[in-house]
Order: sequence, then structure tokens, then C-alpha cells
Amino acid sequence: MANELIPATLKGFAVTFREIFKKPITQQYPEVKRPVYPRFRGRHQLHLHANGLEKCVGCSLCAAACPSDCIRVVADENTADNRVSAGERYARIYEINLSRCIFCGYCELACPFDAITLGNEYEISEYSRDDLIYTKDMLLGRPVKKIPVADPSIYDTPVPYYKTHS
Amino acid sequence: MDPWWIDAIKGFLIINIVLVCFAYTTWLERKLLSRMQGRFGPNRAGPFGLLQPIADLVKLVRKEAFMPMSASAKLYIAAPILSTFTALLAFAVIPFGAGWHIWKWDVSGVVVDAPISLVLIFALGSLGVYGFIIGGWASDSKYSTLGAMRTCAQLVSYEVSLALAVLGVVIQAGTLNLSEIVHQQGTQFWFFGPQFVGLVVFFLAGTAETSRPPFDLPEGDTEIVAGYHTEYSGMRWGLFQMSEYVHMITLSALGVTLFFGGWHGPWAPLGPLWFFLKLLVVVFLFIWMRASLPRLRYDQLMRFGWKILLPVATLNAFITALVVVAVN
Repeated sequence: MANELIPATLKGFAVTFREIFKKPITQQYPEVKRPVYPRFRGRHQLHLHANGLEKCVGCSLCAAACPSDCIRVVADENTADNRVSAGERYARIYEINLSRCIFCGYCELACPFDAITLGNEYEISEYSRDDLIYTKDMLLGRPVKKIPVADPSIYDTPVPYYKTHS
Repeated sequence: MDPWWIDAIKGFLIINIVLVCFAYTTWLERKLLSRMQGRFGPNRAGPFGLLQPIADLVKLVRKEAFMPMSASAKLYIAAPILSTFTALLAFAVIPFGAGWHIWKWDVSGVVVDAPISLVLIFALGSLGVYGFIIGGWASDSKYSTLGAMRTCAQLVSYEVSLALAVLGVVIQAGTLNLSEIVHQQGTQFWFFGPQFVGLVVFFLAGTAETSRPPFDLPEGDTEIVAGYHTEYSGMRWGLFQMSEYVHMITLSALGVTLFFGGWHGPWAPLGPLWFFLKLLVVVFLFIWMRASLPRLRYDQLMRFGWKILLPVATLNAFITALVVVAVN
């Protein structure tokens, strides 16, 4: 053992010395943004129909499914002169408290109309907790920040892996 | 002898140069260590992160100075001051140049030219241990006490080998005065050749003395959080850190002085610049060792110190003495 000790130690020293001249592998985050996976679950997004009506009908199934209880929905009736959604009712108030949200995606599973999905935006830190309560207008708006997304054809398999390989 | 005010100016300059060296040693260490591990290291504050030490200082000074409620206040505050004081003081006897003739004064290249400067360095080093022990004990925390005990045991064990490693050089030079040792190396040969064993022992024991990895048991983060300075924060912690790095720089300077001819260069009389360059190489070695070697286990540390380093150092001193007597 003792006659291996010194060559082995010197080898270790050589490795660390060689590493000095190599390029570090760190990606410098704010400048270099790694593309997120296509199914990455980021900030929520509320969707509209092609004719401009909201998909959300205010059924509160998302709020019921939410494990951290961060969604608040107050529904109201659509009337002839105030038609907001395609259904009978619409969400008068739709709020998500993103400081409590765990981005599990149960809300989008629970939604019968695909009105809510989890987008790709992840830079959502704020200086105040109040700013993290997203209202309906904010959730309906398009994301402000451009998030690079990886090519879905590489990562997003249409047939789940476990079905083809088991 | 210089008039007192030249000493004062020299002392002021040296303290500040050593402190700047300390600041940029932390920068160099972080930078090199990251490169060796495939990372960037500090690169946000200024070009190449060169303002990082200043940013660190501002952060540390402004940080809340926390003290445990059961700590004994006086000792708790005195400990970092004591260790920094002794660490900085030791640099006073290190010769950094040949001495200059400026206008009508002869300025020597050392702050205090004591005839027993080598003993003085070791005495100050031993005093510095009190800072760590008192700091660890006064914090009234188990981790701190454990760290202080480890520091105590380790420094006491390795100080013996360190002193014996130096003894070879002292016997060969026949003096304890560092300036005289450097002068001798300038006229004949550098002592790292005949005292190679002494150099190796000095370097290993010195690493343990400054509790640098792989001998960083006193503050083994994975075992006892941070050792004796677990309960320190803000600039008090900064002072401990400072004393540790200054210790490392002083020890490197001592190694350069004793074994590599101090401010003498192989060519071109650059004086202090040669000293600085050699110092840089030794500091690089310390950092390189930190990146390459894992921490020793406690029993391995003790075995290495007492059963390998001490006999080798003793034998080296003994043989040197025999050879010196035989030649004369």
C-alpha cells in the first residue's frame, strides 16, 4: 500500500493542476439560460377561445384539486350583455397565490376545459409577498419574459417511454 | 540602528502590505480552487472578481456581531484580537530586502532585526494558539470547545516537528537571526539543497501549524461545523480568518527565508520582488494541496505527526549537527 501511496498522490496533484487550464463547465445563469424542458411546469397561464371568450367557466375544480390551497375562484353568471366565457358562468375573480403554489400541475389536470395550464416562465421572484398574488388579468396576459424552451421533438415523446419499453 | 520613525513607517507599510496580501490570498485561493474544480470562482465584483475581497470586507464589517448569551464576553472579544495581533506581529522579523540608502539614512530591509528572530516567530506562533483556545472556550459551545481542543492538540504536536525541521538550518547557519541566515544564503548556496529533508518536514508541519487542508481538523466543517470560530460572526470571524491567512503567509515567508534565500534571486537583484514571487509560489503550493488532498482522520494526524514527522525531523537535525561538527 505504501509504495502506491506517493505515485497515487502525485497523480491527484497532476489532475488538479491540469484542471486550472481547462474551461470551467459552469453555466453563468443570468447571462446563459439553459432551455427548459417542453413539459417544464412554470407560472400558470389562463387561456382564451379563438373567438376571444375565456375558456374558464368558474367551476372551481382547480381550487378543489390544489394541494396547497392557493387558488381562489369566485364565479358569476354570464348575461347577454356581459358574456365573458363560453359557458353558463365565468370566473369573476381568479387569483393564484404563487408564494404558496408548489407547481404540481394538478389544477391543469382537474380543469375540464383546459382553461389553465402551467407555462414555462420561472423567474417570478418579487420583493413583496403581495406581488406574488396573480390576478386573472395577469394570468390571462402573455408571459413578459422570453424563456428558451428545448426542442419538443427531442425531449417530448408522444408515446410515454414506459409504454414502449416494458 | 534606524531612528524610531523609520521603524514606524516600515512597520506601517509592512502591516498594510501583509493585509493586502491576505485579502488577495483569499481571492487567489477562491479563484484557483474553483478552477481546479471546474468552476469560475468570484467573477462578479470587478474584472476577474478582483474587488471581491473589498466586497467581503464591507459585508463583514456591516454584519451583525452576534455573541452567545452564555459566552464570557471579555474573553470572547479578546480572542480574535489576540490571534490577529500575534499573527501580524510575527511578520516584523522577516527580512524582505537588502536594505537601502535613502538620502542620508540607512534603511534596513527588516522591521525589527532581533538577534533571536527565529525564536521570536515561534514564540508568537505559540501565543497565537491562545487566541484559538480562548475563543473556542469562551464561546461556550460544544463544537467550539471540540475545535479548540483539536487545535491545541494539533498545534502542540506539530510545533515540535516544525521547530526541529528549522533546527537543521539553524545549525548549518550557526545563527538564529533571519537576516544573517539570508545573507549566508546569498554568499554561498540556498539551504533547500542540503536541508531538503528539513524543507519537506517544515512544509508538512507548517501546513498542520496553519491548520490548512489536509490538516484542517481544527475546523473540519463536516464534523464540527467550523471548530473554534463556530460561534463567531461578522468582523470577529473575519479577524480569525485574517489571523489564519496571515499565519499562512508568515509561514510561507519563513520558509522562503530559511530555505530559498529570502530576497536573493538566481539572477537580477530585484530584492523584495524576488521575495514576493517566491512567496507567491509557496502560497500556490498551499492552495494546490487544499484542492488535491482529503482531510486526515484524527488518529492518522497524530500518527503522522509523532511517528513519522518527529523522528525524521530529529534525525535530520542530528545528522546535520554531526556533519557540521565533522566539517569544522
